[in-house]
Amino acid sequence: MAENTPGTFDPVAATRMVTSLGHNAAIGARYVAHGADWMELAIDYREDLVGDTTTGVLASGPIITLMDMATSMAIWVRRGALAPQATLDLRVDYLRAATPGRSVVGRGECYRLTRRVAFVRGMAHDGDPEDPIAHVAGTFMMTDAA
Amino acid sequence: MAQPPKLPPYARFLGISAEAGEDGPLFHLPFAVSVMGRPHFLHGGAIAGLLEIAALGTVLERLRDEPGVSIKPINVTVDYMRGGRERETFAAATILRLGTRIANVEAFAWQEDRDKLIASARMTLMVRRPKATGEG
Repeated sequence: MAENTPGTFDPVAATRMVTSLGHNAAIGARYVAHGADWMELAIDYREDLVGDTTTGVLASGPIITLMDMATSMAIWVRRGALAPQATLDLRVDYLRAATPGRSVVGRGECYRLTRRVAFVRGMAHDGDPEDPIAHVAGTFMMTDAA
Repeated sequence: MAQPPKLPPYARFLGISAEAGEDGPLFHLPFAVSVMGRPHFLHGGAIAGLLEIAALGTVLERLRDEPGVSIKPINVTVDYMRGGRERETFAAATILRLGTRIANVEAFAWQEDRDKLIASARMTLMVRRPKATGEG
């Protein structure tokens, strides 16, 4: 279990924990980088995650999972603690199809944190951050807030 | 009775199956560790995946008789209303409008009670017809 005391949150260890089983493990999510209020994760291209066999393009579902995870972990990074929270809503704009064969990097940012609600945004790209494949915006609810 | 829609590899990866229903296809997602988020709960990403498959599959089913037509997502907004528990999840979608170029779809996910939604999604899709004319 990752450390739950403010200021001692370890994003690398936390990623290892949340990707060790379940759906995050199934899509093969892994740690890339993090900052004060952001987190970057990635998934590799896989044929079983394809949404359209005629084009070989990844389905949008794995990208939502990646962004849900990157934005929710960005909240932990900003808080400096792993706290229970639930996604309230998440909007994803699919700017273009991901290129078949390429890994997808998802960057989540927590740009506003209140006691009960966290506001997040993020983007996903497949090699060039200047040419994103998706933009996301969402909110999370702190489930431990009084 | 209509045939159930053909599902992409990602839907099979999630474990989704579809059956034809009176008002469009009904989608099932059995609980498995591979769709679990925090312990004992369905992952929000897997729920979003199910909702998207329901939206896309329902539109494709409606367009079944139009050869060469393809659709792709422009955006999706998912609202999470209840935690998904360790049981089977169902999903269905309503086409609000199917135009020449754009489809507006709403998808719903529930578990034991259809009146207790665990999540919903609103999706805007681009429809590509081989010889599209007019405004979508």
